[in-house]
Amino acid sequence: MISRLANPARFMRFSTTALPWCWWSAVAVIALGLYFALVAAPPDYQQGETVRIMYIHVPAAWMALSIYLFVAVASAVALVWRHPLAEIAAAAAAPIGAAFTFVCLATGSLWGRPMWGAWWVWDARLTSVLVLFFLYLGYIALVNAFDEPGRGARAGSVLALAGVVNLPIVKFSVDWWNTLHQPASVVRLGGPKIDIAMLIPLLVMVTGFSLLFLALTMLRMRTALNERKALAMRLNRMPEPARPAERDHLVSAGPAVGRGA
Amino acid sequence: MTGEIGRYLAMGGYAAFVWPAYGVALAVLGGLAWQSWRRYRASSNMLERLQRELRTRP
Repeated sequence: MISRLANPARFMRFSTTALPWCWWSAVAVIALGLYFALVAAPPDYQQGETVRIMYIHVPAAWMALSIYLFVAVASAVALVWRHPLAEIAAAAAAPIGAAFTFVCLATGSLWGRPMWGAWWVWDARLTSVLVLFFLYLGYIALVNAFDEPGRGARAGSVLALAGVVNLPIVKFSVDWWNTLHQPASVVRLGGPKIDIAMLIPLLVMVTGFSLLFLALTMLRMRTALNERKALAMRLNRMPEPARPAERDHLVSAGPAVGRGA
Repeated sequence: MTGEIGRYLAMGGYAAFVWPAYGVALAVLGGLAWQSWRRYRASSNMLERLQRELRTRP
C-alpha cells in the first residue's frame, strides 16, 4: 500500500478520495470524544473536574510522540532511498506534531496549576517534552531555511533522526527520575491502570486526533506537491538566458514533479 | 435549569482551568487546519493559473 502510493500522481489521486473521508470522520470522532470527555466521564475522586483536562492532554502527548516518530521514519526513508514523497510527508507532518506538542504543554500547564500549585516545573518529563517541542521548531526552521526544497529537507532529516534519542527519554522520564509528573497509567506493562470510564474517552480522542493528523498531513502534502509543480513550471518557462546552472539544479531538486506530471 | 448549566460550566470550581485547556486545543488545531486549507487553496489556484497560461501560450 505504501509503495503503491509512493508515486506523487497516484498519491494525488488517492488523497482526493481519502481526504474528505479522513476529515469528516475526524470531526465526528472528535465530537464523540468531546461528549465522552465533557459529559459522560465521571469527575476524579481526587482531582475533581480537572481530570477532564486529561482527555486533551494525554492524547495530545501521544500524538506529539508518535508524529515525531513518523517524521523520523519518513526522514530516514527520504535519506536512504531519496524518495521525494517521504521528505514531503515528513515536512508536512512536523507542524502538526509541533501543534500537538504545544497543546500538550499548554493543557499540562493548566492542569498543573490547580493540582501541583505551579504552572511549570523543571521536572524530567516536562523538560523533555519542551525539548521535543524545540526539536519540532528546529526541524521546521531548517527545512524552510533553504531556497531549494531538497536541500532543506535533507538537513532537516538529519536533525529529525538525531532527535529520536529524545523519544525514549520522554517516555521513560517518569520511571528514570523522580518526577512530579505521574507515571504512565495506560501504556504500561501489565495493562492499563485506569478506569474504563476514563479509558474510553482517551481512546476515542486519540483516534479522532489520529484521523485529524492523517487528514492534515494529506492536505499539506498536496499543498507541497502543488507548490513544487508550480515552481518547476515557472522554471521551465523561464526565458533562455536564465542562468542554466541554477536552473538545472532547482529542477532536479523536485523529481516528484517530473515523475508525477 | 440555569442552575444546572451554571453548575456544569463551573466545573467544580475549576472552570478557569478546564475551559481554557479545551479552548487552547481548539484554537491551535483549528488554526492549523484553517492555515493548511488556505495554503492548499492558494497552491491549487496558482497551479491552475500556470497551467492555463501554458495552454494559451504557444
